[in-house]
Amino acid sequence: MNPVETGATWAIWLIVSPLAAALIAFLLPRVAAGIALVNAVFMTTAALALLDQVTEAPRCFALGGWGAPLGIDLYADTLSGVLLVVTSVVFLATLLYSRSYLARTAIGPLFWPISLFLHAALNALFLSADAFNLYVTLELLSLSAVALVALADETRAVAAALRYLLASIVASLAYLLGVALLYHATGVLDLAALAERVTWTPTTWAALGLMTAGLALKGALFPVHFWLPGAHSYAPSPVSALLSALVVKAPFYVLLRLWYAPFVGAPEVVANLLGLLGAVAIVWGSVQALRQERLKLLIAYSTVAQIGYLFLLFPLAQTRSALQGVTVFILGHALAKAAMFLAAGNIYQYLGHDRIRDLRRVARELPVTLAAFAVGGVCIMGLPPSGNFIGKWLLIEAAFEQGDWGWAVIIVAGGLLSAAYVFRVLGHAFTLGKKRAEGTGAPATMAWTAFGLALLALMLGLAAAPLIDIIGSPVAVAVAIAAVPAQ
Amino acid sequence: MPLLYSLAGIALFCIALRAVILATAPLRAILAVNVMSSGVFLVLVALARRTPGLMPDPVPHAMVITGIVVAVSATAMAIVLTQRLRAAAGTNTTEDAPRADP
Amino acid sequence: MTMSRADRKMPARLAHALLTLAVTSVFAGLAFAMLSLPEETSGLAEAVGDELAGAGARNPVTAVLLNFRGYDTLLEIAVLLLALMAIWTMRRGELRLQRDPGEILVFLASVQVPVMIVVAGYMLWAGGDAPGGAFQAGAILAAAGVLLVLAGSDWPQRLSGWPLRAGLVLGLTVFIAVGVASVLGGRAFLDYSGEFVAPTILILEVSATVSIGLVLLDMFLSVLRGRASNTETAASMEDP
Repeated sequence: MNPVETGATWAIWLIVSPLAAALIAFLLPRVAAGIALVNAVFMTTAALALLDQVTEAPRCFALGGWGAPLGIDLYADTLSGVLLVVTSVVFLATLLYSRSYLARTAIGPLFWPISLFLHAALNALFLSADAFNLYVTLELLSLSAVALVALADETRAVAAALRYLLASIVASLAYLLGVALLYHATGVLDLAALAERVTWTPTTWAALGLMTAGLALKGALFPVHFWLPGAHSYAPSPVSALLSALVVKAPFYVLLRLWYAPFVGAPEVVANLLGLLGAVAIVWGSVQALRQERLKLLIAYSTVAQIGYLFLLFPLAQTRSALQGVTVFILGHALAKAAMFLAAGNIYQYLGHDRIRDLRRVARELPVTLAAFAVGGVCIMGLPPSGNFIGKWLLIEAAFEQGDWGWAVIIVAGGLLSAAYVFRVLGHAFTLGKKRAEGTGAPATMAWTAFGLALLALMLGLAAAPLIDIIGSPVAVAVAIAAVPAQ
Repeated sequence: MPLLYSLAGIALFCIALRAVILATAPLRAILAVNVMSSGVFLVLVALARRTPGLMPDPVPHAMVITGIVVAVSATAMAIVLTQRLRAAAGTNTTEDAPRADP
Repeated sequence: MTMSRADRKMPARLAHALLTLAVTSVFAGLAFAMLSLPEETSGLAEAVGDELAGAGARNPVTAVLLNFRGYDTLLEIAVLLLALMAIWTMRRGELRLQRDPGEILVFLASVQVPVMIVVAGYMLWAGGDAPGGAFQAGAILAAAGVLLVLAGSDWPQRLSGWPLRAGLVLGLTVFIAVGVASVLGGRAFLDYSGEFVAPTILILEVSATVSIGLVLLDMFLSVLRGRASNTETAASMEDP
């Protein structure tokens, strides 16, 4: 039994606080919004504090005092730290937005406790280092996400939520079967312990296949992305922001952790397959986005495309640049995509629809909202100084480092395609036309939170240098899990 | 002997996986998913029997209890969603929901 | 020229056949993986056995669930509660009394429900040393509630508002409180080893049982509402 310094418990608060807040919000609906916002501010502070702590060295917390492999350990390094920060920032902005949103759209007070559970699930997932614990956090995450989608209370949203739920359960079961095989082959569940004991046997192969398939389905990698466009576009707009920015990244993160430890040394053919599917996702998603009539569907297909970039990590996993690039890319995409969905929500509320063809004059009537969308779009295109630009640049660097310039070509092509669909929207929005009879503009909170997120995404590139430095090398990400003694 | 049960578990998993993909109505998919989860739990519990002593390995048993709870929660959500869908469609048939725009 | 029925079905049949082939190969691969596992292995059983003495329960599964891997149990109770909240936002329809349950059902309920409550209590208590525990007890309690509802009792409807919500959150609240108390006492989160291990586990189990029973019962009632509402809708849209 190791005593733990009470000072080292930011990680615990990151998980406990949203859970406790969810309970209070459930019991006292009238203060639910306030509790959620207070928690969001606290989470941002806690995440920044934790990031500061782990910049020197990763930390490991033995829950229950037992320590892995018998107990469950929490693990925090700069990768998880950085993701926790962006999670809390996106939540803070989105929840501020939601206060105004809920005043105008009836989605019920249970939005607050459920979104708090979502936050708790994300934090717990990013801090987890145990294969079965990851399963439980993935389930909490998926069920919260489905619940939030279904809040939209119209048939298409409910149908999309059901499809999302079924796909999610199937994926979780595949992952769980993989965990079962892994446990029965090695006798442990802790990622660090697994890393030490895994040898390449047929059982490990099967586990790798199952877990990868399950996580790819949850992470909407082409061709199993079918559930995403409906779920992300028919959900209420703040929910869409949370889903595209954060929820869909979590399975990728789990796969990343598994890839570096314990599945280090996975065969190249699997890595290349994942990269190839990612490349197809970039092209397919962008082309589909171009074809959409409705704004939210366009943004959702853009997410499908952008997820493709993430999976380019796997063929390049040995290079430090690729890991850094993907991390910065996740940050930039989270901020920019959330901004775009929040902006789309404003447009929807103002116009009553989101048909791209009928977006004329929106630029004049909702200037801040359009600015948010435009800046977010610029980031998605990958223009400097956005974080997405840095991310893509690092990925291209990694591709050249390994001599696989094919991936670089795809990345550039993806940028061009995303420019096409972003400009399509902006073109319609800046068109002049007859003034509409209604015209009250968007509420200030809703417009400026969207713009704030977009601005952060854009400026991320300027802060990128110190950020990149703290992301360790692939070896460090993997080995560190094993080397840190539990506190 | 544990091997037989674990093979049965994988067989259930695979058969139900096929059924989920081919399901024509939400309720069939929900049932198939439950069979899939039973398959996974069977694998976990069967292989826990391989301990040298008399007592089986308790950790997979704990995993199965957790898994059952999660499966029940997800199934309940899926059923209520299906009811919602039927109510919205205004029919009492088991037709699948109209597919959203791709 | 329209295709004949056989031709129109060909692509579908081909897809089905391919799927069956794919699933069969998945099975073959998994079976092979299964067969290549060693005959005997102990996994974490040894580690559990070593520490079982100080774990507060002689049933190793209970020790794993409520001590070694208690964090997983905490999250799992959160999942249950979250699913219920989700169901509350999705459900439609009113809760009505079952009409005309029949004498046999009423008699059965009146005899069995008290027994079930006692059995649930026993399962909870016995879970420390023998198979049993909070989840099993909670499920039996929920089943007793379901039987009451089916037999026409209106008791579940009277359970609403504050008392219901308090009961639902009790399990998770106590779990978090115990964890935070450990942290404030200078230990790791959820580290309650020492002389109070067994009472702590009992407190956790009792509150979990109450919550699990209420959550499962409420889930059933929510589904029941939806069924009543859908039947009405269907009845009102009868074919001429």
